[in-house]
Amino acid sequence: MGNESYEDAIEALKKLLIEKDELKDVAAAKVKKITAELQTASSSDSKSFDPVERIKEGFVTFKKEKYETNPALYGELAKGQSPKYMVFACSDSRVCPSHVLNFHPGDAFVVRNIANMVPPFDKVKYAGVGAAIEYAVLHLKVENIVVIGHSACGGIKGLMSFPLDGNNSTDFIEDWVKICLPAKSKVLAESESSAFEDQCGRCEREAVNVSLANLLTYPFVREGVVKGTLALKGGYYDFVNGAFELWELQFGISPVHSI
Amino acid sequence: MAATPTHFSVSHDPFSSTSLLNLQTQAIFGPNHSLKTTQLRIPASFRRKATNLQVMASGKTPGLTQEANGVAIDRQNNTDVFDDIKQRFLAFKKLKYMDDFEHYKNLADAQAPKFLVIACADSRVCPSAVLGFQPGDAFTVRNIANLVPPYESGPTETKAALEFSVNTLNVENILVIGHSRCGGIQALMKMEDEGDSRSFIHNWVVVGKKAKESTKAVASNLHFDHQCQHCEKASINHSLERLLGYPWIEEKVRQGSLSLHGGYYNFVDCTFEKWTVDYAASRGKKKEGSGIAVKDRSVWS
Repeated sequence: MGNESYEDAIEALKKLLIEKDELKDVAAAKVKKITAELQTASSSDSKSFDPVERIKEGFVTFKKEKYETNPALYGELAKGQSPKYMVFACSDSRVCPSHVLNFHPGDAFVVRNIANMVPPFDKVKYAGVGAAIEYAVLHLKVENIVVIGHSACGGIKGLMSFPLDGNNSTDFIEDWVKICLPAKSKVLAESESSAFEDQCGRCEREAVNVSLANLLTYPFVREGVVKGTLALKGGYYDFVNGAFELWELQFGISPVHSI
Repeated sequence: MAATPTHFSVSHDPFSSTSLLNLQTQAIFGPNHSLKTTQLRIPASFRRKATNLQVMASGKTPGLTQEANGVAIDRQNNTDVFDDIKQRFLAFKKLKYMDDFEHYKNLADAQAPKFLVIACADSRVCPSAVLGFQPGDAFTVRNIANLVPPYESGPTETKAALEFSVNTLNVENILVIGHSRCGGIQALMKMEDEGDSRSFIHNWVVVGKKAKESTKAVASNLHFDHQCQHCEKASINHSLERLLGYPWIEEKVRQGSLSLHGGYYNFVDCTFEKWTVDYAASRGKKKEGSGIAVKDRSVWS
């Protein structure tokens, strides 16, 4: 792989774009993405990346600068945890809640999956999420569950792009992202003529609302919310603009009136 | 920017088949302040399940005055929570985001992480904290007890993340990190036979059943705590073995473009043990059905 195949590739692309002018916008977007990826990859030590050295350095620094300078905190944490927050965040490498919301060890019980989705109650198919919520709410007794979406989410982009008509092109991704299909339907109904990127931005936020509603399908969550011991919040981290949005889901049962 | 309380309203129509929840969103710390209302419909089946709560909630004689909403959340505490989250984000923005603005700008266009990390949801073991991963470094899955279900069956949440990170992001390393005093492993070890199927936790940790069996086979004479520690490590290897059951993962490991590593964070004495899967040697073991071979084991303390 050298200069020759790069030149060939560029020539082939040019030739295609001469024949099919309408593809220029798509091509430009893809080239921009590739450039960014290569830039990101090269900016992080591309010479000889040793994954083991990398994590060793990370751990040694953590031990020296955090663990050993705070023996009281880590001593207590070794005995047990009592986080006030449970957080659902995307697996995306750019949105770790420990960075974005400055959570320190012991602060937040964190579940991370594609597009920070909370599926509805299902003991078999979604035992993983159910187990995490059950543990957090009933055992750790967290006071808040926060579902945090984010900009440029690949999972949401997939949700908006895949036809989701049963003919899956992936083993698991389509089956997973379709959990937030109601968000896609809503966005398409409300902004059919908007640009795709704009629709994705709306869907990223709407999907959080779908997840918040799904949280209420877990009886122990519903009970906690009605009793007032548990609050459900939605969040959106926009790393393009360096901004954060926060909102709440409120749910309650009003007093009964005899008619 | 002061955080004004978000406004809520709840409308219940006892005669309709759905309830409406009204959410008002406020961008508190962003460049634009906007207020918009979203409505969610709650289906009838869900309300039926909730009616018994309705009966219990009305301890007093029904009167004509209607409370605006029945939510008992202490408003004062709520404002504290909003404020807490706001302070956390502003700290991140000031201490990290603005300091490294160029890097964050590049990241906004694309991510190219070198790691897929599978870690426990435990609040004490965030890989970013313990191993110093910075934004952009590691695509991270966190679930109870950092378990990996088999390719062919079992709960599905973790699998989409495996597929995306390996096939789309083309990560070069997968690191499964277990830890000391894991509540999930403890639940697995305490569980009786197939577990209580009424409990989500049992339905999930049973994914690690083989690790429990291999632990019982060699360590049943040890104190329960030591058995759990043994299982915590056995489970990491079990997950690594499971990963090789995903065809697109095995393919890349075979080609040499993907490496699998195990890690164990002991927060009692602050040590980190790490090892790498030796694929070539593992293939021999696979025929026997006895697990994986590892190499380059070391402990950092």
